[in-house]
Amino acid sequence: MRTAVAILRKDLLLELRTLETVPAMALFAITTFVIFHFGLNRPSISGQLAAGVLTATLLFAGMLGINRLFVAEREQGGFDAFLLAPVDRSAMLVAKAAALFIYLAALEVIAVPAFGLLLLGRSLGPPLPAIVLILALADVALAVIGTLVSAIAVQTRARDLIGPIVGLPLLVPALIATARGLGPVLTPHGSVSPPGKWLAVLALYDVINALLAYAVFDFLLEE
Amino acid sequence: MSPDSPAAIELRGLIRHFGERTVLREVSIQVPAGATLAVLGRNGAGKSTLLRILATLLRPHGGEVRIFGEALPRRGWAVRGRLGLLGHEPLLYRDLTGRENLVYHARLHRVEGSRVEEVLHAVGMERRAEDPVRLLSRGMVQRLAVARAVLHRPELLLLDEPRSNLDPAAGDLVEPLIGRASGATRVITSHDPQSALAEADVVLALKDGRAVYSGPPAGLAAEALTELYR
Repeated sequence: MRTAVAILRKDLLLELRTLETVPAMALFAITTFVIFHFGLNRPSISGQLAAGVLTATLLFAGMLGINRLFVAEREQGGFDAFLLAPVDRSAMLVAKAAALFIYLAALEVIAVPAFGLLLLGRSLGPPLPAIVLILALADVALAVIGTLVSAIAVQTRARDLIGPIVGLPLLVPALIATARGLGPVLTPHGSVSPPGKWLAVLALYDVINALLAYAVFDFLLEE
Repeated sequence: MSPDSPAAIELRGLIRHFGERTVLREVSIQVPAGATLAVLGRNGAGKSTLLRILATLLRPHGGEVRIFGEALPRRGWAVRGRLGLLGHEPLLYRDLTGRENLVYHARLHRVEGSRVEEVLHAVGMERRAEDPVRLLSRGMVQRLAVARAVLHRPELLLLDEPRSNLDPAAGDLVEPLIGRASGATRVITSHDPQSALAEADVVLALKDGRAVYSGPPAGLAAEALTELYR
């Protein structure tokens, strides 16, 4: 755990210093909302359409973070330095997934209010706790799968392509569960509590993928 | 070095490929603990590959590799932390300061914080320790890389061109850390065979991945050395 904390601290310090990932993700999300705002040509959207727009935008913005997650390790020798240390290699998985989760949470702090302003046309007020809960579960899925995919992609020459090509299909179940979970809470005068079925699907998806990632991550770091 | 010393490094018929190309062919040698092995050969002879295998970063494809009696790659975890690698890349994050980089490595190796200040002082980088690595000269980065490699007091030093980018004064500065005085078993590669031979107890001469000579430096004839780099 101490090793994972050390890697996470280093990653957050690097992000704070370079601002390479979170601002790019946020800018992408806001630009996409602006495109939807004018493209759909509606005063506001709601329900399943709003849920789909929000989920897909956050997913694609998240791919930017996934693609960059291991770049410093690859380009500046971080992998070698880590592999030379007498530490449990799954610490890298825990740290990178935690870093990605934090980047996604930071993205959503900016993107969700922008979504409310540009597309929802009303305050997020009452359904906000439900949105936060669903997005937190979705972020765990993105963080775990994203870390695995990024660790594979960064070893290849076509890393910018491998991330979306491998990652997006793996994330389809999480995307469906997130959108279905958000639909009712983004409906005007709809439910303020998220549908339990989709929360359970997301939680199960998170647990299964976290276990799978833990099982295979060591092999991904091998030459 | 006593003749009865246990071997720190044992290679028996080591083979390594990159795709279709065989980079190391049946390389065998023993290096006693505390001794210095100079690995000689022209560019592409397999020197850096050999160092990366000894560092547990590459897997051998054939033969046997033992470090401190532990077989690689199966027992690699048992020797990581006992070896320090100083390679072509400094293994430092450009946007972190020298001190932040060393603190990070100290945490990975569970080394006490005071050791960071000790090695910064030893390589003469205390005054520039708060500068991001990207702002430092190549020589300063190399001094930090030396500090990083010896931070955890390794028993085996794997040194790939260790004095590259260092001026004579900086070379003297790092000598107690990576020179014979360090007391560590050392594997050194160098473009300058004469300086490597002067430090060596054992020499491994590689040509196209094959060991053309292994033994004491005195046994390597001047003509053979010239032929090695032709």
